[in-house]
Amino acid sequence: MGAKKASPDLLNSSFSFKSLKLKTKQQELLLRVSILGLVYVLAFIARLFSVLRYESMIHEFDPYFNYRTTLYLTEKGFYEFWNWFDSESWYPLGRIIGGTLYPGLMVTAALIYWTLRFLRFFVHIREVCVLTAPFFASNTTIVAYFFGKEIWDTGAGLVAAALIAICPGYISRSVAGSYDNEAVAIFALLLTFYLFVKAVKTGSLSWALGSAFGYFYMVSAWGGYVFIINLVPLYVLVLLITGRYSMRLYVAYNCMYILGMLLAMQIRFVGFQHVQSGEHMGAMGVFLLMQVFYFLDWVKYQLNDTKLFQTFLRITVTSAILVGGIALGVGTASGYISPWTGRFYSLLDPTYAKDHIPIIASVSEHQPTAWSSFMFDYHILLFLFPAGLYFCFKRLSDATIFIVMYGLTSLYFAGVMVRLILVATPAVCLISAIAVSATVKNLTSLLRTKQKVPQTGSTKGVGSSKSSSKVTLDQSQPFQKNGAIALLVGVFYLLSRYAIHCTWVTSEAYSSPSIVLAARGAHGNRIIFDDYREAYYWLRQNTPTDAKVMSWWDYGYQITAMGNRTVIVDNNTWNNTHIATVGRAMSSYEDEAYDIMRSLDVNYVLVVFGGVTGYSSDDINKFLWMVRIGGGVYPVIKEPDYLVNGEFRVDKGASPKMLNCLMYKLCYYRFGELVTEYGKPTGYDRARGVEIGNKDIKLEHLEEAYTTSNWIVRIYRVKPPTNRL
Amino acid sequence: MPARNWIFAVAVALFLSLSTFSSAQDLQIVNAERRIDLSSHIVKAFLTLKVENIGKDPAADMLLAFPPTQIKNLAMVQALAVTGKKKKKTYLPLDVKPSEQPDAPNDAGYFLVSFATPLGPGEAVTLEVLYILTHSLEPFPVEITQSESQLVYYRDSAVVLSPYRIKQQTTFFKTPSTRVESFTSVEPANRAGKEIKYGAYEDRVPYSYAPVIVHFENNSPFAVVEELVREIEISHWGSLQITENYRLTHGGARHKGVFSRVEYQSRRSISGSSSFNALLAVLPPRVNSVYYRDNIGNISTSHLRTGFKKSELEFEPRYPLFGGWKATFIIGYRVPLEDYLFEAPDGRRYLNFTFGCPLVETIVNKLTLKVVLPEGSKDPSAVLPFAVNQDLQVKYSYLDIVGRTVVVLQKDNVVPTHNVPFQVYYTFKPIYMLAEPLMLVSAFFFVFVTSLAYVHIDLNIVKK
Repeated sequence: MGAKKASPDLLNSSFSFKSLKLKTKQQELLLRVSILGLVYVLAFIARLFSVLRYESMIHEFDPYFNYRTTLYLTEKGFYEFWNWFDSESWYPLGRIIGGTLYPGLMVTAALIYWTLRFLRFFVHIREVCVLTAPFFASNTTIVAYFFGKEIWDTGAGLVAAALIAICPGYISRSVAGSYDNEAVAIFALLLTFYLFVKAVKTGSLSWALGSAFGYFYMVSAWGGYVFIINLVPLYVLVLLITGRYSMRLYVAYNCMYILGMLLAMQIRFVGFQHVQSGEHMGAMGVFLLMQVFYFLDWVKYQLNDTKLFQTFLRITVTSAILVGGIALGVGTASGYISPWTGRFYSLLDPTYAKDHIPIIASVSEHQPTAWSSFMFDYHILLFLFPAGLYFCFKRLSDATIFIVMYGLTSLYFAGVMVRLILVATPAVCLISAIAVSATVKNLTSLLRTKQKVPQTGSTKGVGSSKSSSKVTLDQSQPFQKNGAIALLVGVFYLLSRYAIHCTWVTSEAYSSPSIVLAARGAHGNRIIFDDYREAYYWLRQNTPTDAKVMSWWDYGYQITAMGNRTVIVDNNTWNNTHIATVGRAMSSYEDEAYDIMRSLDVNYVLVVFGGVTGYSSDDINKFLWMVRIGGGVYPVIKEPDYLVNGEFRVDKGASPKMLNCLMYKLCYYRFGELVTEYGKPTGYDRARGVEIGNKDIKLEHLEEAYTTSNWIVRIYRVKPPTNRL
Repeated sequence: MPARNWIFAVAVALFLSLSTFSSAQDLQIVNAERRIDLSSHIVKAFLTLKVENIGKDPAADMLLAFPPTQIKNLAMVQALAVTGKKKKKTYLPLDVKPSEQPDAPNDAGYFLVSFATPLGPGEAVTLEVLYILTHSLEPFPVEITQSESQLVYYRDSAVVLSPYRIKQQTTFFKTPSTRVESFTSVEPANRAGKEIKYGAYEDRVPYSYAPVIVHFENNSPFAVVEELVREIEISHWGSLQITENYRLTHGGARHKGVFSRVEYQSRRSISGSSSFNALLAVLPPRVNSVYYRDNIGNISTSHLRTGFKKSELEFEPRYPLFGGWKATFIIGYRVPLEDYLFEAPDGRRYLNFTFGCPLVETIVNKLTLKVVLPEGSKDPSAVLPFAVNQDLQVKYSYLDIVGRTVVVLQKDNVVPTHNVPFQVYYTFKPIYMLAEPLMLVSAFFFVFVTSLAYVHIDLNIVKK
């Protein structure tokens, strides 16, 4: 609201509702503000399930890195943070933190923290980090409202805000504790889009400027900004092709692109990619095309001769394409323009990662989306989405074209990668909101015309179109009123099912921190497995401060953040060779692995093992990825050596290499003496449901340093080499 | 080590036979009986002395001497005067304070016990002295494996070190189990079950010393809190918030080699017998909002039992503590204000709370107790039964403008016997209680007035 007040003269047009003429308008405003306020609160509290069910803690893997860096930022200040060389990760390489991360999230949290402290609210930085995601989710609902208002009407805006507030697709990434880049990035994404659409609609420089800053925030927060910088030019291109080119578009795009690009270059991790990377070239091409278009427009205006203009057009377009093509070719050939990255390829071609980059394919959230998860995350929105598209096409405008394009492209990406459901969620919610709003509006106006209520027009929001409803008004059908009532009841039933589904999904599926595992005991009581933190805290307290811990990269961030120890590899998977070395060590025989570990100065090895508790996402189940990634760099490691007839087994029938590799030994060391389940032989692996094949495991170069109470994390000490006398 | 102690003893004896203490010679100890309890890592010694004045002048006080190895580990010395016969004994606490003697032999340390009434010539009095030693059990071997039992040395003297002549004395050492590897023999000395008896020894000259070493098994939890910071925040809105930051370590023989979970969970009786997993904190009654966590989050292994006299919090660190392993954690709780905050007759308010550490049978190497007074409190003063370092700080908490006065009390080497009440007096005007609500009210008021103004003021330049 403050931004609006600051520049009232620029924004005259949007303030007409402020005039005090109509009392009903004030009532409507009050109603709208209170609904928005409730939605704002709802979006926040729905995300607090995780705090209620578990505790106020940071979730999963990446958030731990974000938390650690935020802590550093608040303790040491911005410049120290920006110049931080972290020697605790990627030993012995280290990591330049300032140059390899998107600082938007950390700076946001730190600013909130400093503001609160300034206002004498002495909160802990952890609480700020935990609640950042819900807070920004609440802000997103406000943006969704304005966006919905922009593309359709206020009713659609309100419905969009309500839908996005509890949509599981968004909640899955923004519950309290999910302190990840996406938490603020979705807000930034939607804000940028909203401001850009607004800019295109008004042709105002100020909105375009706002959009550029929104883009800057997005670039600072998440690598997903690439989606914006490709979608916006695509949208502009579509407008150009469909003959919707206007001065408004020219102003909006040029301002947004140039300023946004310059601002984005301030982020060190992004740097000059906007002019050097293949992924950003589309935007530049469209920018140049815009200029050509403008130039042609001008020439056309000057020439006043169609025939002459046609020839000129042909020459200019050909030469422009030629010059552009040559520039691109030369840039790519000389290496000035970098080719597309693997992740980008895998988005366009879902099978690419599986064949070429096992490290991307190994991450579960990079898998192609199953139908069930669409259903799970969108519920009724999945059916409302096509209906919304229908309404959009029926009333085509610059804004609706944008939302249609956003919806369709993001839905495609959501199908390619599970995690990108998140990006599609705002579009799906907005389009579905249009469907709901337009349907309900049509139905209620049907009811009203029958009753001859005098004030039909006045309660409608500002700028709402009456065209869609007027069509149906004139046709009278039998049982129209009853039919309308039945349909309305159906809509409300669907919406209430949606609300119930969202609450259930949030509380049951998306609120687990994945650090702490919960299970139901035999008597229905809740059993907590807190083994991860047990192990990390053990590392933190009882190992030398300079100890190096080797583990699979999944646990790297957690070990550095919670265990405060140096790790060999972590979740920032930038160096494939280093990860492959760890994979190789894990899949080699103990004495070979010992040489690798000695060369990496490893003091402790940490493995995650679910055989006692039946926890299935443990290192044995991830082991084939270690083999694949290790084998991708070191051909000594061959996947078939670990398989028997193409099957991965750990029981007696497993391959000899499997039964004696380091990972197997570390996981199952002395497991053969243990009875895990009543009526089963000793050494029965509950995660895989088999009796293990090698019960007599001897370790030569390593010794058990600690095993957690449920055996989930096992830590081994690497013995110093024996003296050669 | 024994050899060195012998030399030390001989030197002391030689030195002492030459020197004379004028005041010391006026008193003599008719009978001394000492019982040293070695069953936990806090060594408690009960000393019963029958003191007689053989001089001509009344004696107002007497000295207790301790060897330099003990004086630095001495956590507490208490003395009681016993009057009356067997069944109608009454105990009168006496004033004990550390004392410097200029001619102290071999850096011996002293405590001065003041009699309730000066001891006239020829009179006798019975004193009961309790002193507590910390860090006095030395693990040997220094490192043990998971399956080994913990053995410790305890070094002391077979005779009581005293500046006075002792007519007759006996010393008993009580060990936690019957497993005693060895003990120095100073005839007559014998061992029966869990008890080793030295003496009776007749007529020992002042500063007699006969070093002995007892080597025995002690698997009791050596829970040592290296540092404990307790913060007591007074809110006049009805509660006392206590936050305790612990840095706990296992002070016994260091763990060596592997930790095997299989053995730890299946052969619990012989595996890791010196380690400990459960701790008990005695909290005030009517305690509520108890939490137990550490820097990386909540720890879910704790049980609270509330009672009328006391509440007990039974909790486990994240992992069992073996020798040398460390754990840090935070315990926080809230108690109702009316149980602990009172108004003194002179109008001042005072907090009456327990000093020390709520964990049972632990040594605290460094205890810092911070009493955070409400904002606007003045003239704080602390009253304690023993000497502590005092300091004042300022702390900013929610909605504070000038900050809260913090009374910092700091004491080293704290044992459970230090859990005694202490008072902090301060003056406070109740009007200050309203400051924070008023601030919040005015902030909300401001927000509403602004939105009211925003809705009603038309900022457009061009009228439509």
